[in-house]
Amino acid sequence: MLAYLIRRFGQAILVMSVMATIVFFGLYMVGNPVDLLINPEDDLLAQEAAIRRLGLDKPVHIQFFHFLGGLVQGDLGTSFVHNTPALELILSRLPATLELAFLGVFFALVIGIPLGMYAGLYPKSPVSRTIMAGSVIGFSTPNFWQGLMLIMLFAVFWRILPAGGRGETVDVLGIPVSFLTWDGLSHLFLPALNVAIYKISLVIRLTRAGTAEIGLQDYVKYARARGLSEWRVINVHILKNILIPVVTVVGLELGNVIAFAVVTETVFAWPGIGKLLIDSIGLLDRPVVVAYLMLTVFMFVMINLVVDIIYSLLDPRIRVKRRA
Amino acid sequence: MNKLLAKAALAVGVAALAGPALTETLTAGFASEPSSVDPLYHNLGPNNAIRKHIFEGLVGEDPNLGIEPLLAESWDNPDATTWLFNLRKGVKFHDGSEFTSRDFLYTACRIPNVPNSPSSFEGFTKRAETIEAPDDYTIKVTTPGPYPLLLSDFASFGVVSASAAGHDGPVTYAKDGCPGIDNYPDSAAYNSGEAAVGTGAYKYVEFVQGDHLTLAKNENYWGEAAHWDEIVIRPISNDGARVAALLAGDVDIIEKPPAQDLERLRAEAGTDVVQGASSRVIYLHFDHVGDPTPGVSGTDGKNPFMDVRVRKAVSLAIDRALIVDKIMDGLAVPAGQLVPDFMRGVNPNIAVEEANVEEAKRLLAEAGYPDGFGLILGSPNDRYINDAKIAQAVAQMLTRVGIRTEVDATTKSVFFSRRNKYEFSLYMAGWGSGSAGMASPLRALVATQNKDKGLGGTNRGRYSNPELDAVIEEALVTVDAAAHDALLAKASQIVRDDYAILTLHYEVTPWALRKGLTITPRADQHTVLTTVRPVN
Repeated sequence: MLAYLIRRFGQAILVMSVMATIVFFGLYMVGNPVDLLINPEDDLLAQEAAIRRLGLDKPVHIQFFHFLGGLVQGDLGTSFVHNTPALELILSRLPATLELAFLGVFFALVIGIPLGMYAGLYPKSPVSRTIMAGSVIGFSTPNFWQGLMLIMLFAVFWRILPAGGRGETVDVLGIPVSFLTWDGLSHLFLPALNVAIYKISLVIRLTRAGTAEIGLQDYVKYARARGLSEWRVINVHILKNILIPVVTVVGLELGNVIAFAVVTETVFAWPGIGKLLIDSIGLLDRPVVVAYLMLTVFMFVMINLVVDIIYSLLDPRIRVKRRA
Repeated sequence: MNKLLAKAALAVGVAALAGPALTETLTAGFASEPSSVDPLYHNLGPNNAIRKHIFEGLVGEDPNLGIEPLLAESWDNPDATTWLFNLRKGVKFHDGSEFTSRDFLYTACRIPNVPNSPSSFEGFTKRAETIEAPDDYTIKVTTPGPYPLLLSDFASFGVVSASAAGHDGPVTYAKDGCPGIDNYPDSAAYNSGEAAVGTGAYKYVEFVQGDHLTLAKNENYWGEAAHWDEIVIRPISNDGARVAALLAGDVDIIEKPPAQDLERLRAEAGTDVVQGASSRVIYLHFDHVGDPTPGVSGTDGKNPFMDVRVRKAVSLAIDRALIVDKIMDGLAVPAGQLVPDFMRGVNPNIAVEEANVEEAKRLLAEAGYPDGFGLILGSPNDRYINDAKIAQAVAQMLTRVGIRTEVDATTKSVFFSRRNKYEFSLYMAGWGSGSAGMASPLRALVATQNKDKGLGGTNRGRYSNPELDAVIEEALVTVDAAAHDALLAKASQIVRDDYAILTLHYEVTPWALRKGLTITPRADQHTVLTTVRPVN
């Protein structure tokens, strides 16, 4: 197990360094952040001074070595725009995104699994057909448009939920969270739903396919034959066995929301890291973008690791195989 | 789920009912967020607009960008290189301490010492040779030579409290570092509110980056008392989301409503639109540097824009009124010179160029291009109102006279970098002037690039005309207001006669508000919420 973990960390570091290099040089080629940060009224001397202050006067490979030097000491650089360490800036925005992502995935599981199982157990019923048709719509609606529609419905026409922002937050262990107040929850609901709709559809389809397949297996028939209650058959024998693909996909999707909730966060003015990323790209704030993407890679590798561990808890066969 | 919705709805409803009874809060949706609350950190639009709520300058700019007294009640020039400012008495900072000349000196000391400032305010104090405080309520400034724009420079930054920044005791200003002050607070101290102490109508309450900035009424404000007890500014960068937030009643006012939504926002029962002229001019700048030029084809490597007849032909080809009417939906005013007519230094004799396609074709033929040439027009696509559409319209108008024009419109981060590397033969951009008026675009856009004189900072067409430079430089050492403005007007005529740069239009800035509210539009396009009032 230890060797396995070390190997996974090694992979993470390799991917992170490749990513950092590509992004660093890529952003350098896009343009010079000073052209955006500087006030056009500044004269040429002031423009040069600003370029020097931000260390952008040096050739790009020297800038890169400086960056690597900082990296070795655990310093991911300082935002050009905010003059705040990039990592600190990202971490200060992370709770908002995590909250959004977890609630979205929670919706996906509590809504998606029961609906999917129902559709799998009673494939011919009209309710199942409606569920499946709904999941196709959920799949194919563009996130951006869907977000604006949610705002139009809930915030503009019915006026029951706010159109955006984070609302009231409460500090828990020094981390601001919204889900503990009604105001915070009301702000959280729409963006989380916007994140969740696609995932609900995904989970429905995965669960239905799994249920339909496993429902025909001998051990399910045997369980029924043994006279076990239908409740027990579904919740123990079927549910546990369909969870493997669901956990895999939800794990990856969780990573996806955390890293790239850009669209939802932009539409709902949600102050998470996705909005920070898009703003930073717009201003060519290289330290923030590089740090962000490195963190993202790290997170994906870690999520995959956790998913693997959950597998082995769910399915003893996987555990046995790895030990062999 | 329904329960949750109902409860959430109830919570929102109760908040909405309870709100107005206790305090009057104005919530605003801004298109961009300030990079810091520190007024001296980043000289850029969103920061400066926020700054005006909390920190005040020695002098200010009124909505039409004329100079008005703020912390200085009056000023005087005993001679051409000396300025005496008489400070307002009894002005209190938000922490209750009194504003005196010491705070202005401290502000001037801190300006060049803000750590990692991406765009410093240094340019606004560096013309001063000495800044002294003969007593608590007088500031004396001397400049090495006559310098007419000192007021406009001093209107561009807000005064911070020396004590709140951690400095007690007297301050002595020296150009190369103020003695006795070893370290200055960094911007984080302002973002946290610790040092964010000014004299403005509103005081800092809370700043959560990415989510909101909350300000509260300054009960001890020296001027007209603020209308709103509390102001909440929320950055909502997405246009659609910003409009939705207004329609939903989440915010009371938004800046930069997208042009295509204005009709609806006017028609809608609950919302209204207020608009006002701005000082921002949209212009086309030629490559004036000679052969070859990067974006022109079919001229055997020659740069056609070196010939004034070609530049004039381009100007005649463009129907400015049509652009204003069809592309801008009236959200612009056709421009004949670099600043609109309510600002200083304007030449009253310059009219907007009328389109004349035949004359344009004739001039092109006369200049040796009877069949025209190919051209790439550079433009940003997310910086100015309808920028890419304007560029498209200009391209079609040029193609009509034989200059086969393609538009290369990119996002601003790419466009400005490429422009600053001189990758365009013709590019479109904008310029917003402050209270300096005509002097601002003249010295930045058309004066010959010169580091030592601080001229031509954004002259990315590299235009150079010694005759024009002489007039601009003379204007920049003429303190007498009438003589200064007359020289600027003369320079504006030279720019026009030589077709050095082509002006298209001045932007009109719209704001969308909840019905029953109004705002005083500012020509610098800043959203200053102290001017938002109920209509009656």
